[in-house]
Amino acid sequence: MKRHLNTLFVTLEGAYLRKDGAAVEIRHEGETKLRVPLHNLEGIACFGWDIGASAALMAACSEAGVAFSFHNPHGKFLAATRGFTSGNILLRREQYRRADDEACAVAIAANMLAAKLANSRQVLMRTARDHGGSSPARATALGQAADSLAVRAGLLGRATTLDSLRGIEGDAAATYFGVFPHLLVNHDPGVFITGRSRRPPLDPVNALLSFLYSLLMHDCRSALEGCGLDPQCGFLHRDRPGRPSLALDLMEEFRAFLSDRVALTLINRRQITAGDFRREESGAVLLKEDSRKEVLVAWQERKQVEITHPFLDEKVTIGLLPHLQARLLARHLRGDLDAYPAFLAK
Amino acid sequence: MYVLVTYDVNTSTPAGKARLRRTAKACLDYGQRVQNSVFECKVDPAQFVAMRGRLLEIIDPATDSLRFYHLGSNWQHRVEHHGADPGYDVEGPLVI
Repeated sequence: MKRHLNTLFVTLEGAYLRKDGAAVEIRHEGETKLRVPLHNLEGIACFGWDIGASAALMAACSEAGVAFSFHNPHGKFLAATRGFTSGNILLRREQYRRADDEACAVAIAANMLAAKLANSRQVLMRTARDHGGSSPARATALGQAADSLAVRAGLLGRATTLDSLRGIEGDAAATYFGVFPHLLVNHDPGVFITGRSRRPPLDPVNALLSFLYSLLMHDCRSALEGCGLDPQCGFLHRDRPGRPSLALDLMEEFRAFLSDRVALTLINRRQITAGDFRREESGAVLLKEDSRKEVLVAWQERKQVEITHPFLDEKVTIGLLPHLQARLLARHLRGDLDAYPAFLAK
Repeated sequence: MYVLVTYDVNTSTPAGKARLRRTAKACLDYGQRVQNSVFECKVDPAQFVAMRGRLLEIIDPATDSLRFYHLGSNWQHRVEHHGADPGYDVEGPLVI
């Protein structure tokens, strides 16, 4: 059984990561900042333009199964290292075959989206339950949105083409983000959201969400690679050069449950306030450097929470979920499971 | 599980000095140095066996000593630190 291990985040510009024995050593301006044995890590994520790493370290990481990725300071994925292609070619061929067969792809994608809608609905209902009493308008809006998500989830089962799935998903996302302001309670008024915007995010909440989604992306991508699947060949997301479509597919189940909830907690507890963001001339809103650390800490803590996996019925940490789901997907592709059991939050 | 490794290596001979260096290097591969010749290692049972085997090959039982303290998985309650260089929590958030 694979265990959930720690991820090392490096945000210090000018840092250099090198291999020292069987450990990674982070050096900055001639002094050692930290030294961690590789066997304690499952990933290293660097956020900055001026962070370097030695070839020996990258090789050791791919050997030890430690995902290594570089991001820009705002979390956008830039590059990842990979060693020799690993995994099972038979599994990967089966993945391509299923992705080419629309009926198979629809079956997998519909399950993923059903889980996405159910998990988004959970987030809405949770706030309606905890904070609906003080504001009837909020309770009504959230209740209606939750009902509408439930109706759309019902439509997924009847969809026969990927395009109709994408249509349902788009409508559901519009509903969800339409009521997102109601999820912000007791927050700093400077932290607001006006619809979902990305590339660039145009308001503080979107800036925070984008950053958290890119963290989730790192985890999903490495989980898929770790299970021998090709993260670029997706079922719901179309092929595009360089786009990790399958990782985007896998993310759908976790967006609300993992990223959105971390964002909401940070905002509603006022751990993140308007002062944590800065606005660029282009209109883009970005997280400040010190604030990113706070987000990373919250993210890491959330990943260490233990839950019972609804399908496997085992106690697992939330951080291990992407890996477990990738493994279940591989089992479905191999024919060991009749359908892909997407992750449903309780 | 969490294991505390401590050692005393006799360095009166050049061979002893070499053993000390090799012992320290082996420990560094598995955990963090919290004091001179004291290491805290988070290892699974297989990794512990590998570490122990490697260290036992290095030391000379006639002159050196090696001790393992098993702190289990609830080690946080069993460790207290005072003073300089508190080290890092290998299970806590690692953000540099």
